[in-house]
Amino acid sequence: MTNTPVVSMNQVTKSYGSLTAVNNLSCELAPGEVLGLFGHNGAGKTTMMKLILGITSPTNGSVDVLGAKPDSKAAWHIRSQVGYLPENVSFYEHLTGIEVLNYFAKLKGFNKQHAKDLIAQVGLTEAMNRAVKTYSKGMRQRLGLAQAFLGKPKLLLLDEPTVGLDPVATTEFYQQVDNLKAHGTSIILCSHVLPGVERHIDRAIILSKGQQLACGNLASLRAHANLDIRIKTRGVSPSELVNDSQLMTHVELCHDTDLLVKDENKMNVLRELVKYRHLDDIHIEQPDLNQVYQQILSQAPQKGSI
Amino acid sequence: MKSVFTVAAKEFSDGLRNRWLLSITIIFALLSVGLTYFGSAVAGETGLTSTSTTVASLASLAVFLIPLIALLLSYDSFVGELESGTLLLLLTYPINKTQLLMGKFIGQGSIIALAILIGFGASGVILYAHTQQTEIITVFSLFIASAVMLGLSFIAIAFIISISVSEKSKAAGAALIVWFIFALIFDLGLLTLLVGTEDGISQQSLTFMMMLNPADIFRLVNLAGLDSTDVNGALAIAIRSSLSLTQLLCVLVTWVIFPLILAITLFTKKRM
Repeated sequence: MTNTPVVSMNQVTKSYGSLTAVNNLSCELAPGEVLGLFGHNGAGKTTMMKLILGITSPTNGSVDVLGAKPDSKAAWHIRSQVGYLPENVSFYEHLTGIEVLNYFAKLKGFNKQHAKDLIAQVGLTEAMNRAVKTYSKGMRQRLGLAQAFLGKPKLLLLDEPTVGLDPVATTEFYQQVDNLKAHGTSIILCSHVLPGVERHIDRAIILSKGQQLACGNLASLRAHANLDIRIKTRGVSPSELVNDSQLMTHVELCHDTDLLVKDENKMNVLRELVKYRHLDDIHIEQPDLNQVYQQILSQAPQKGSI
Repeated sequence: MKSVFTVAAKEFSDGLRNRWLLSITIIFALLSVGLTYFGSAVAGETGLTSTSTTVASLASLAVFLIPLIALLLSYDSFVGELESGTLLLLLTYPINKTQLLMGKFIGQGSIIALAILIGFGASGVILYAHTQQTEIITVFSLFIASAVMLGLSFIAIAFIISISVSEKSKAAGAALIVWFIFALIFDLGLLTLLVGTEDGISQQSLTFMMMLNPADIFRLVNLAGLDSTDVNGALAIAIRSSLSLTQLLCVLVTWVIFPLILAITLFTKKRM
């Protein structure tokens, strides 16, 4: 059981009339794996989540979640093992935080104590007896997270989970993600690309207009994007670098004292650089996820647009 | 089944919390007690009016008020949760659409039923305390039962509206239009038919047409048994028609069940 994928999507297409929201998408999610789902608005992220949640059925292809088709009656029992945080949800404003969570806990078959523990876990204990309408955006988001964490789910789908959270709460949120992951929860994190998110995800899927542009861990995404590595040097003058023909054969572009090099040339460049006695420092900058994301998007064939 | 009651309990406590139950009950009680005492004021006298006059006035009042209140209570049941995003979330929980809808129906239905029972029951109790006529109990039981049916019917109709539209404001508009049609336009149309057609329409077809409006059925149920001197208008003709009280009540129940089934069907088919 441990190695069967929690989610498995096989050549899934979902069309709404003439609009194809998700096109021929395949992916798998292993137990305890955190998958980042990135894309612009309208890229198909939410549709993909709805397919996994069984709210909507695929037009073509198959979706399996925890061994069942999520849109079938057989998937009834798995629903209490799946947690979901929708984007922009506003809970019953006139209820208090704890009343909202009690309601959802009861629907999932859990008791009030469990709801209370989760309120404490997201740091809302002090505000739990206040009406949700008095909550700040961050507090609402934390209440939503507590709701998604109900019953220690085996699969968590989080749509823009850190929107509205302050930096401290964001850090706490990622700690909880890491914690749940350590307990074997698989997580799909749907988001715009945000700084720091790459530390917490195992793999990422980049979507655009319903198409899967790239899928893999950060290293393979970097390879896919084929972006140059930036090597920052200190102590060597720019003219020395430009006139070093041996060095420049491996370098794509020299910008002041920064060198842009292809990944495969990295070691050659470093070897050349250390020959300079007066070199003070070398700093290697890998392209971050945001740059990789932008690059992959820009490489994509502009289908559908004229 | 448990989740149906979880939803119903939440809807009911929502009704308590935002004072729906309290305010409807007070409105019903004030109007019904007022009519009981002062219904004959137009005739130049005060004091208790006769049972048939009271019920006739109550029925003509309830036929406008109950559908309006039921529609206002329930028009945002689904579209409201759709706008706030909780509907989508609820559908990922171990509860299906039929259970969710039934939960809401039971919860909101209990609110209106309780308000009718207390509000209109009050004047029944007052009348009975003063006159000790056992007839009052049966007349009021029938009145309250049919009023509850009328309320439930319009809650189900409000659900249909709430499921079919995508914005809360549109649902509110549609609810008011529906109320206007059933409470006013429909009867005007019937009258026009009666007066305007050359030979008039047959009593049978008139009765049949009245079955197309739950508000009219409610009127027939409550006026049929009464002394006809208190009743006037187009109704009087239909009242002397062939339908028995049981048949009328059956049609009224159909007006609860049919919109409810339609609402469930629409909700199940609705694309999320």
